[in-house]
Amino acid sequence: MSGEMTTMLAEQPHLGRARVMPWIRRLIFYLILLSIWEGIVRLEIWPPYLFPGPLIVANALWEGVTQGLFLPATLVSLRRLAIGYSISLSLGLVLGLLLGRNKLIQETVGSLVLGMQALPSVCWLPLAILWFGLNERAIIFVVVLGALFSITLGVEAGVKNTPPVYLKAARNLGARGVRLYTQVLLPAALPAILNGLKQGWSFAWRSLMAGELLYYTLSLGNLLQTGRDLNDAAQVMAVMVMIVIVGVTIDQILFAPIERRVRERWGLA
Amino acid sequence: MAERHLVAQHGQAVAGKADALDQPSGGISLEIVGVSKRFLARGRMVEALAPVDLQVKAGELICLLGPSGCGKSTLLSIIAGLEPPSGGLIRAGGRKVQGPGIDRVLLFQEAALFPWLDVQHNVAFGLRQAGMPEAERMRMAREYLELVHLSGFEHSYVHQLSGGMRQRVALARALVLNPAVLLMDEPFGALDALTRDKLQIELETIWAATGKTILFVTHNVREAVALGDRVLVFSPRPGRIIQEFSITLPRPRSLEHHQTIDQAREILAVLHAGQRPDEEANDEW
Repeated sequence: MSGEMTTMLAEQPHLGRARVMPWIRRLIFYLILLSIWEGIVRLEIWPPYLFPGPLIVANALWEGVTQGLFLPATLVSLRRLAIGYSISLSLGLVLGLLLGRNKLIQETVGSLVLGMQALPSVCWLPLAILWFGLNERAIIFVVVLGALFSITLGVEAGVKNTPPVYLKAARNLGARGVRLYTQVLLPAALPAILNGLKQGWSFAWRSLMAGELLYYTLSLGNLLQTGRDLNDAAQVMAVMVMIVIVGVTIDQILFAPIERRVRERWGLA
Repeated sequence: MAERHLVAQHGQAVAGKADALDQPSGGISLEIVGVSKRFLARGRMVEALAPVDLQVKAGELICLLGPSGCGKSTLLSIIAGLEPPSGGLIRAGGRKVQGPGIDRVLLFQEAALFPWLDVQHNVAFGLRQAGMPEAERMRMAREYLELVHLSGFEHSYVHQLSGGMRQRVALARALVLNPAVLLMDEPFGALDALTRDKLQIELETIWAATGKTILFVTHNVREAVALGDRVLVFSPRPGRIIQEFSITLPRPRSLEHHQTIDQAREILAVLHAGQRPDEEANDEW
């Protein structure tokens, strides 16, 4: 009866080592990469203000953080992202459910959503600036459009691929109305929804950076732009590192735990 | 015997909850009056089920036997209230069926457990819909998991269970609601012979202890003979009942007993006679 269980347990002792080794390999890879970078800089092919070495960039990063510039900028960017992504999430869930459950909406709105998905959301920026002016609202608008269609399509795919037998079983066990959506349809669709959420997240993040490059208040995107204006490649690279750190951190905090849960429950590899 | 005892105990425990859930205990009668089903498939009207009339006494165990696609599953679905009939009506315990209700619970061949919930929460799903408080429904879920011999698997997920274990969970998920009618749509069809025999025996034990009305769809002629008070043989699509057999062999019936085998042979002959010659006889026995 518990055959599968015992094989799962038998593999436990190797897990510790299997987990550490990739990290060691990764560490070595990055050390080599940084050495090559530093080596090229030492050849002095380009002036250091255009092609600074890793130590100078690290220093710029340190100064940016300690001088109180990078962290407030990150908070401004994250705030926009949070607002924009929340709006996309709410709209995308509703829209995706409607698309997945209603044939008429699927045939009409569905084609529009597919078309919109093909349009990079930065393309909305000029229009957004015309409508809202170059301000907070224009940027959030672009972020919303960046994430909305990915989320919508993810929810739609999840709902459509949910085996009808789950709904049958749930109705049979007394589930009605909204509960069919909240307790059956959405959780059943979670693996596909999660893909949409992740893709939406990365699109939102890209759109935000594009929007902020144009908009002159303190933000991560804007710091890139000022770095360029000051001919300070070290700052530009330091901000880029900052952007990567923020992106990876949020992915780890927000999506990794949900992904782990989905894998554990559904038994996906 | 110990098992029978357990069921009786649980029967009482559930009866105590009956006012909270407003459920009947034991079986109820079913009247199926001229129930038929047609549906549109690729622009053509398909007749899935010819008008069927059937009276089921409270506490009866009836096996429905017939070729694939003969509408047996459709009939169960209609009785469960999950789809409306194209014609006719169903009365359960004298009341007209107008939608799904937890007095009639359907069990599917694929078990249809929810992969996003662990075993215990799967079993408690129906109780949650009925508004039972968390602690109480978790306690009942544990009790019913014990009843189907799955104690210790409360926190497992569906993918960690074998086919037989999944059907046990599905059975617990149904029984915990104390339904008067169990509608079983080939629940053991995908299981290996050994697991299947075991589950048949357990089902019979539970049935004997609770007196529930059971409609059991199967492909397996010997399974039908071993379990049923009556065996109804369906024709190919559009399904209708071509013959009815009352099985009076003493219980418990062994699948290998010569009386079971003789009876099965007789039914199999009818089943084959009802099949169109161009169709493969794919029923097991």
